Amino acid sequence: MSYTRDVGALARKDFLLELRARDTLPAMLLFVIATLVVFHFALPTGSSDLASNGLLWVAILFTALLGLGRAFVPEREQGVLDGLVLAPCDRSAIWLAKSLAVLGFLAAVEVVALPAFAIFFSGVDGTTVAAVALADLGICAVGTFLAAMAAAGRARELLLPLLFLPLAIPIVVGGVGASVVANGGRYLAFLALYDAVFAIICWASFEYVVTE
Amino acid sequence: MSSPNSRLPALATLALGLVAAATALVFFFAPVDADQGLSQKIFYFHVPIALTAYGCFGWGAWKALLHLWKREPGADLESYVAIHQGVIFGALTLLTGSIWARASWGVWWTWSSNQLVLFLVLFLFYCAYFMLRFSVDAGPQRANFSAVYALFGVALIPVSFLAIRLASDFIHPTVFTSAGPQMSGKMFFTFCVCLAAMLSLAATLCAVELSGKRLDLRLRELREALA
Repeated sequence: MSYTRDVGALARKDFLLELRARDTLPAMLLFVIATLVVFHFALPTGSSDLASNGLLWVAILFTALLGLGRAFVPEREQGVLDGLVLAPCDRSAIWLAKSLAVLGFLAAVEVVALPAFAIFFSGVDGTTVAAVALADLGICAVGTFLAAMAAAGRARELLLPLLFLPLAIPIVVGGVGASVVANGGRYLAFLALYDAVFAIICWASFEYVVTE
Repeated sequence: MSSPNSRLPALATLALGLVAAATALVFFFAPVDADQGLSQKIFYFHVPIALTAYGCFGWGAWKALLHLWKREPGADLESYVAIHQGVIFGALTLLTGSIWARASWGVWWTWSSNQLVLFLVLFLFYCAYFMLRFSVDAGPQRANFSAVYALFGVALIPVSFLAIRLASDFIHPTVFTSAGPQMSGKMFFTFCVCLAAMLSLAATLCAVELSGKRLDLRLRELREALA
């Protein structure tokens, strides 16, 4: 199918660019580890594991923001977006491919960050891992969409967190709920609902972000 | 061009009359609540203001949809004005809710009040809408961005509501349940008048702002034509 081929080609371009330039992934890795160390000192002795579980979600969210802020930098600097819009492919493929690329980076970071969290603070259970996976989908879908809008604005680095954080609050609720409540099934279902709702909106409306 | 302006005085008079009637009904007609006493009267302002804010956000999203879907001229401006009024009513909701929380629970803010937390989230979201709008140059791109973000808002309202319900315990009094409104007839009538008053007030403010913005646009066009 040509749509999947377009998405694959665009996502491959992002991974290849990262492989050669390496300017996003190492920064995200360093940031998440540094954040966890900061959290160690932010939590006084005697704080519960529940508090550190909550902070894990803050770390994930802000690390994702760091990656999202870089997501459209190459497109903007080289004027690639105009070329992509002119290319004979569905515009939503641009969003989907970029989301997949960001998702890849975020997942790679979490492969390091979750074990690091388990060593520094407390163990990570299966529900938390599932919640992280579901939350990543939502973060990347919505975040990529907003990053594309923020990249066209004047105060782009400032704008993205402002646009993204209010929309990310439900993700935090679902994620923290899944990792601190004993039976977190309904929080996972909520995260899946969030992903579905916002992925559909993003997919359907991305065309209007890149065209006039 | 002339029809919205000619409706404005009638709308303003209606709003003024309804607000006056609502205030009179709240203080002289509606019975004093047996449980909370006089402080319950703020309910007649707080809840209609909150519903009006939702109405404004919904109207703004509807106009945004019309902009994206039908390319209706002027829909972008109407969407912006509706959301602007929604943010003003949202701020009033936070303010009146905070006062009510102080009067009945003794605290200015409580995270266990689902509606207040939801309004805080929405308030942050729609403030970001203005940041987005003011950081992009006027033109079709800004109209598209604003419209898309406004549509995100109507998806965020139920999702956040669900999230906050999931996240918190339930101290906030739930007046409307599936069993219908838990109010006496007099209270419900007063509430309806208050709601109509707030809705007409919001419509008037929207119309005023819209006519001002349109005038501003025309002035700019004329200036450019003369220059």
